[in-house]
Amino acid sequence: MPIYFLRRVLAAIPVMLVVAVFVFLLLRLTPGDPAAILAGDMATPEQLDRIRETLGLNDPLLVQFFRWIGALLQGDFGTSLISNKPVIDLVADRMWPTIWIAIITLSLSVIIAVPMGVLAAWKQGSWVDHLVMTFSVLGFSVPVFVIGYLLIKLFAIDLRWLPVQGYKAPSKDLAGFAARAVLPALTLASIYIALIARMTRASLLDVLNEDYVRTARAKGLTEARVLFRHALRNAAVPVMTVIGTGFALLISGVVVTESVYNIPGLGRLTVDSIFARDYPVIQALILLTSGVYVLVNLLIDLSYSLLDPRIRY
Amino acid sequence: MPVLQIEDLHVSVDSKAGLEVVHGISIEINEGETVCLVGESGSGKSVSSLATMGLLPKGSLKVTSGRILLDGENLLDLSPAQLRDARATRMSMIFQEPMTALNPVIKVGEQITEVLQAHTKLSNADCHARVMDILDQVGLPDIERIARSYPHQLSGGQRQRIMIAMALVLEPRLLIADEPTTALDVTTQLQILKLIKDLQVKHGTAVLFITHDMGVVAEIADRVYVMNRGDLVEDGPVSQILSAPQKDYTRQLLSSVPSLVPRPARPVTDPKPALQVSELNKIYGGGKFLSKTKTTHAARDVTFELKAGRTLGIVGESGSGKSTVARCVMRMIDPSSGGIRVGGQEIAGLTRGGLHPFRKKLQMVFQDPYRSLNPRLTIEESIIEGPVNYGMPKDQARARAAELLELVGLPASAAQRYPHMFSGGQRQRIAIARALAMEPELLVADEAVSALDVSVQAQVLELLAEIQQRTGIAILFITHDLRVAAQICDEVCVMRRGEVVEIGATGDVLGNPQHEYTQALLSAAPGRDWDFANFRPVAA
Repeated sequence: MPIYFLRRVLAAIPVMLVVAVFVFLLLRLTPGDPAAILAGDMATPEQLDRIRETLGLNDPLLVQFFRWIGALLQGDFGTSLISNKPVIDLVADRMWPTIWIAIITLSLSVIIAVPMGVLAAWKQGSWVDHLVMTFSVLGFSVPVFVIGYLLIKLFAIDLRWLPVQGYKAPSKDLAGFAARAVLPALTLASIYIALIARMTRASLLDVLNEDYVRTARAKGLTEARVLFRHALRNAAVPVMTVIGTGFALLISGVVVTESVYNIPGLGRLTVDSIFARDYPVIQALILLTSGVYVLVNLLIDLSYSLLDPRIRY
Repeated sequence: MPVLQIEDLHVSVDSKAGLEVVHGISIEINEGETVCLVGESGSGKSVSSLATMGLLPKGSLKVTSGRILLDGENLLDLSPAQLRDARATRMSMIFQEPMTALNPVIKVGEQITEVLQAHTKLSNADCHARVMDILDQVGLPDIERIARSYPHQLSGGQRQRIMIAMALVLEPRLLIADEPTTALDVTTQLQILKLIKDLQVKHGTAVLFITHDMGVVAEIADRVYVMNRGDLVEDGPVSQILSAPQKDYTRQLLSSVPSLVPRPARPVTDPKPALQVSELNKIYGGGKFLSKTKTTHAARDVTFELKAGRTLGIVGESGSGKSTVARCVMRMIDPSSGGIRVGGQEIAGLTRGGLHPFRKKLQMVFQDPYRSLNPRLTIEESIIEGPVNYGMPKDQARARAAELLELVGLPASAAQRYPHMFSGGQRQRIAIARALAMEPELLVADEAVSALDVSVQAQVLELLAEIQQRTGIAILFITHDLRVAAQICDEVCVMRRGEVVEIGATGDVLGNPQHEYTQALLSAAPGRDWDFANFRPVAA
């Protein structure tokens, strides 16, 4: 197992390198000049040249690339072209809101979706099943921003139970954090609830036809024990995959929700930096996201062997 | 009072126009008695046993009338909770495939403990003691370690012992065993049958034993019930059923059981060798950089020759390497060393491209006719795919497919239909037609009749013999069933752990075995003392 882990980590290095090259080129090759944006509309060509010179934008691409990679390896992600703060601080500030929302969203999704899926599979073909399936079709097909604004209208404006927008750090004000996090989390969760519930149902339906489920019933176990102890764990591997991928997607895909709910997270940072062509920040964000994907995939694979003793690396 | 008394049981498909699948059967089992329920697939024997346990698949089958009395109490009147309480405590069941019947992600010790937790109030220490005691009773070695193992870490025989331990830990009055030894090797089967018998004598359990294997019936039954298509055909003491069956169906069923007495080898008509295998070795594993794995010598210096128009059987238990040899011959896997000559041409070292012209000469029929035909292709598409691939014009291939279907005894209208519209025996005929479409010189049949009922099995074996006579094809017949080997093979090669232990004419090898392993295999064959087709003991 440790050797497997090491091999997986080593295998991630070329992946990250390819991402780095891609990220670097992508931004250099898109139109738009960061120097012009920095200098503002009134700048003279001489001023622009001076800015380019200080940022190293006039050097050959290869030189720029190695300078950038070299700095990266020392933990220096550069300085924001706009705010002049170190990129790493900017990202670190914005990371926590996003991670918190992602964790709450996924916990909520799992707590709601797994029992829904189990119930639907157990009562296959009944009204419960149809209800769950209808709900999951809705969860898939209604866009996130529609759900977001509907929830705000209902819970924040009409019922006045929760604040409309904003963010408070859980370390400072737990109740305030919870009150502000629940709507964005629910909004994001809608699609994951749909996905996880469907996956749980499908996977469990397969497992419920297995011989060992019949054996469990033949032993005189209660239905709850048959479902949760014997069936669910065997059905867990595909569900685990969806949850893991879901986490990675959440870290990178919170742009809309953070805009709707005005949360100072990575999603808004991404949007802001793209509009401002803040190269160093965008690069750091893309690298961070791919890093999260690689890490999550590794964790998913490791979770397989915990769930199913037949899987060994 | 009988332990189990089934009275006029009717079971139907659970829908409005519910088709009846069991038409009023009555069965009685007394304490300490072993009753065999025999029949071919679709006879309703498993359905009847599942109905007894209350385990009919919900929404697809239901009991429509009748009574099932366990010690005089009608199980059909019980509430779900009462029925749950009766399971494992008063009646238990073991199943055919011990690999899939045990939960793969829970340790076997815990799976047995679970029965105690569900039905008793024993302390953890008492539970553990009970589990160890029953594991010991079912004859498992090193019980502490086994209790901590997962099912995939145990052998097939060990897994079935675990199932038996789980079923008997609370000493139920009734044990239902649904084909419990069908998936096991003969030597393991013998041990399991003996174990069930021993435990039955010790605890006075009534056993309902469901099987399709007349050999097993002859071995263990006190009384026999014969079922066919949901009806009870005949019942009586085992000696009466085997020696003086009253009904045609029973006679026909017994006559289909292939005899262990080998048929005489046919004279060699064509001395041309179709297949020569010399010193074939196949080693699995060895691993790569950073992942050394244990190597397995799956085939060791295997040498044999097969002449045109003849049949060579490779027999052996699971893990003997018989399928490995077949796959090497087909070049589905690469042999580690050794020679394979087809029609005099060496093919062991050929590359994919070099092999292409020889693929035509080698065709295979697989074990499971339900999975070896593509469900999305019509029969005709399946049959013509190979020839068309080798350049035959489509029209010609279609005409050929029609001929082949006739040859294997199917109507021409079968061509446009899909595999799911056919029975297991018909599908195996289609698979044979598909193999013959390539006009091969060698047909490799890997357990090709093992999944079929005996009556269908007899027909398919007959078909193979007939085709061989007509086309002069050589057949390499892989089987674990000595009865089948005795009836179809001219020569037999016995394998154990990758090695050939005995090879020669079928009459010699199975009639007068020299190697102790061959002798062990023969003496483990259930019902070896009974000549089923002639309704009498084998003449000494």
